[in-house]
Amino acid sequence: MVTGMKPEVWREMGLSDEEYAAAAARLGRELNYLETGIFAVMWSEHCSYKTSKTVLRRFPTEGPQVLQGPGENAGIIDIGDGFGVAFKMESHNHPSAIEPYQGAATGVGGILRDIFTMGARPVAVLDALRFGPLTEAGNKTLLRGVVQGIGGYGNSIGIPTVGGDLYFDPAFSGNPLVNVMAAGILRHEDIAAGAARGAGNPVMIVGARTGRDGIHGATFASVELTAESESRRSAVQVGDPFMEKLLMEACLELIRAGVVIGIQDMGAAGLTCSAAEMAGRGGSGIELDLALVPRRETGMTPYEIMLSESQERMLVVPRAGSEAQVEEVFRRWGLEAATIGRVTDDGLLRLRERETVVAEIPVAALTDEAPVYERPAAEPAYIAGLRAADLSGLRLRLSPAETLLALLQNPTIASKSWVYRQYDHQVGTNTVELPGGDAAVLRVRGTTRGIALTTDCNSRLTYMDPFYGGAWAVTEAAQNIVCAGARPLGVTDCLNFGNPEHPEIFWQFEQACAGVTAACLALATPVTGGNVSFYNETPAGPIYPTPMIGMVGVLDDIDRRCPAVFPAGGEKIFLLGSVEGLLAGSEYASMFENPVAGALPPLNLPGLKKRLDFILAAQERRLLSAAHDITEGGFAVALTEMAAGTGARVDLPPGEILPALFGEGPGRFILTAAAGAEAELKALAAAWEQPLAWVGETGGEELSISLGGADALRLTRARCRAAYGNALAALMR
Amino acid sequence: MKIGIVRFPGSNCETDCLEAWRVMGAAADMLWHQETSVRGYDLIVLPGGFSYGDYLRTGAIARFSPIMADVIRHAREGGLVWGICNGFQILTECGLLPGALLRNAGLSFICAPQFLRVEKAAPPFTGAYAPGQVICLPINHGEGNYCIDAAGRRELEEEGRVVFRYVTAEGAADAAGNPNGSAGNIAGIVNRAGNVLGMMPHPERAVENLTGGEDGRGLFRSLLSAGRERHGHRDET
Repeated sequence: MVTGMKPEVWREMGLSDEEYAAAAARLGRELNYLETGIFAVMWSEHCSYKTSKTVLRRFPTEGPQVLQGPGENAGIIDIGDGFGVAFKMESHNHPSAIEPYQGAATGVGGILRDIFTMGARPVAVLDALRFGPLTEAGNKTLLRGVVQGIGGYGNSIGIPTVGGDLYFDPAFSGNPLVNVMAAGILRHEDIAAGAARGAGNPVMIVGARTGRDGIHGATFASVELTAESESRRSAVQVGDPFMEKLLMEACLELIRAGVVIGIQDMGAAGLTCSAAEMAGRGGSGIELDLALVPRRETGMTPYEIMLSESQERMLVVPRAGSEAQVEEVFRRWGLEAATIGRVTDDGLLRLRERETVVAEIPVAALTDEAPVYERPAAEPAYIAGLRAADLSGLRLRLSPAETLLALLQNPTIASKSWVYRQYDHQVGTNTVELPGGDAAVLRVRGTTRGIALTTDCNSRLTYMDPFYGGAWAVTEAAQNIVCAGARPLGVTDCLNFGNPEHPEIFWQFEQACAGVTAACLALATPVTGGNVSFYNETPAGPIYPTPMIGMVGVLDDIDRRCPAVFPAGGEKIFLLGSVEGLLAGSEYASMFENPVAGALPPLNLPGLKKRLDFILAAQERRLLSAAHDITEGGFAVALTEMAAGTGARVDLPPGEILPALFGEGPGRFILTAAAGAEAELKALAAAWEQPLAWVGETGGEELSISLGGADALRLTRARCRAAYGNALAALMR
Repeated sequence: MKIGIVRFPGSNCETDCLEAWRVMGAAADMLWHQETSVRGYDLIVLPGGFSYGDYLRTGAIARFSPIMADVIRHAREGGLVWGICNGFQILTECGLLPGALLRNAGLSFICAPQFLRVEKAAPPFTGAYAPGQVICLPINHGEGNYCIDAAGRRELEEEGRVVFRYVTAEGAADAAGNPNGSAGNIAGIVNRAGNVLGMMPHPERAVENLTGGEDGRGLFRSLLSAGRERHGHRDET
């Protein structure tokens, strides 16, 4: 082995001097070039979670519904009748910032592999996106490319993109967030594992051939974006959804055939990470002959083979003797399967090039023994200033009607149909609630059940108060799941933050995660897995902290689903929760006052849990015909969103007009009672001690709101819906 | 009626078709693209998706699949062939139907409910609809802009071979009702013999109220009754 590594080499690869010294001490010798590269990617933030681990450990991860918690390729929760949902969310922020189409497309490809690796057939994709304002041409180009990339991959492979969310804020200019969640359905007995077990079992690489693309993708994801990032475009992989479709069908067929001991996709750090993680989970070793890896380019070095992030590849450990069966399945799908090594019992990752050993590293040194850092945390100076701001003097600057029309055209609030029209959201014919509502709802074939899926996070609120933001992301997700008629079951997260080496960023991270923890505990929705994306910074500064939450819920009976739009005229409208909402951090404040300021009162999590349980109880009794939570833009916007097919006339109880119409905040809902169910709904609310007020009736072609009998606004439904429906497409023209 | 659904690598609506037939009370077989005979089948369905990744051009590679030679033979002998979305693209590529499907006029992929007018309500595909009936089916394509030269277009119209046209909710086949720029708002056509239908909308996504309505059922019902007739004749001879 060649030794005598130079500091420039390991530093360029992303290892600190201390980390290199620790690796050399662990091996008792100098590392060669390949070994240095392997340590560098396995100990990168992206693969090792070295900065976040101590915080992530505090998430609640257990519950009777959890079939697979964190640590595998995806979490799995039980939805009853012998079925489970595998789900996970991941970021592809950095690649999408410099190559939006491929960055987003490979984000979809990667997360889908995580799902079918578990033995689940993917049934849905959701995309949670954050961009800078569309008034900047660069952000428009990024959004267009990302949406096309997600659609291009998801549509081709035939998995519907059923939901997600999209916010705009200057904090994301040049560093968009592209978080993709996927969910799959499986029977309990078909759960597969990403572990290599049984010395002598073969290790096979299946799917696409290995090329030079994407080398250093994991390292690239672990630094800030700079003016030079453009030159790292080669670190972005190129996706081939057609190849992945074949790979998915072949892998699912193989798992069902019962010959697979372990299977894992190759994502960040390619063969290095998949081999090390599979051996680590199995408590085994792995020996590979790199000369046997099918390549699409000549002259590749062992380093390039191990670090390649070529897409659409999997590592499979089948039972010894079943190699021919594996090859046959893949051949039928037009794919290659090659045996490149075997499982050992010596706990080493040993790489050979024919007879020559080119690297030998204890697996544990790469996985369990990766460095763990306790970063210093310090409250940023801006926090105190924000909290001290007094918003009590805020008054409407325009008429209520003009204010509502302006908010409806704010692209964060406006209809996202420009986006989801470009996604196949129906393939598979399981999609029951189409995009545009609170949560996507899919049926589960072979049962009476359905699942509800959503992604949520308000980044601005998280910037103002990270604990609040983390807790609110979980709560808002639960509000959306419950509105759709489903019981929240579990959470996946995608934690997007700036550079954690800055104590202020690490404080945001700790606080936001503590908020997520508190809400997950209160709402009994354990975290089953997720992803951390640090270093989301441009020269202009860090992004707003964004602990994105993906949540899954179950409907025992799909017929109990509840729409987020008024089903017909003549229905009684109820307000559940306080009349006046919060202005601090609201879209109104950000649009008209621009103070990202004000104190956020602590969330009453037990109270919110009780409110959600009340809504579920009402749905169980079939007392509701529609339900929608009041979030961005407040009551007036929520009412317009519900008025997709009919108008409404509402008289709210007396209150201040600005917070009543445009205030936000938790635990506020608009409900309509099912025909003849008003009395029972009111009685149930009284029994549950819930503030439920009858405020109006659906019908007509107008939206009219008064407050304590005094007219506040009156607009035609057509005008409101046109403002809401056309704004995003007009901005993207 | 014996129904075969061809599964090309990259097809992704084949299972949806199978399920739709099941919902309509009929069984269908999945046929692998490498098979070389479709003998014994009354109806061959070419499903939606991205066969061979739609690389090169939509449907351009699928037409060379081993099974396609026999699908063409089956069609020439009067057997029923139904191409949906990517299946329509394959049918134009292999010459069973005239014209071509280009990128949507707006250049964007479109997934949305779309109103259609049934222009030809006749067996074997559309006998269950009323002439001029307006129905709503999902469309889901990036390349659905039907293009044909003037002479070919005149022929289609004069011979009454336009089966579906994109329209507004009120049934107008104008620019407002045209989602993708198709010539004459054409959404589906048949060959001269009337036994090969190609259409861009997805009726298999519209057979259940739970997941997209029931406006697609008419096609399945028509084909099932056509199958009964055919078998009736066959039994007599």
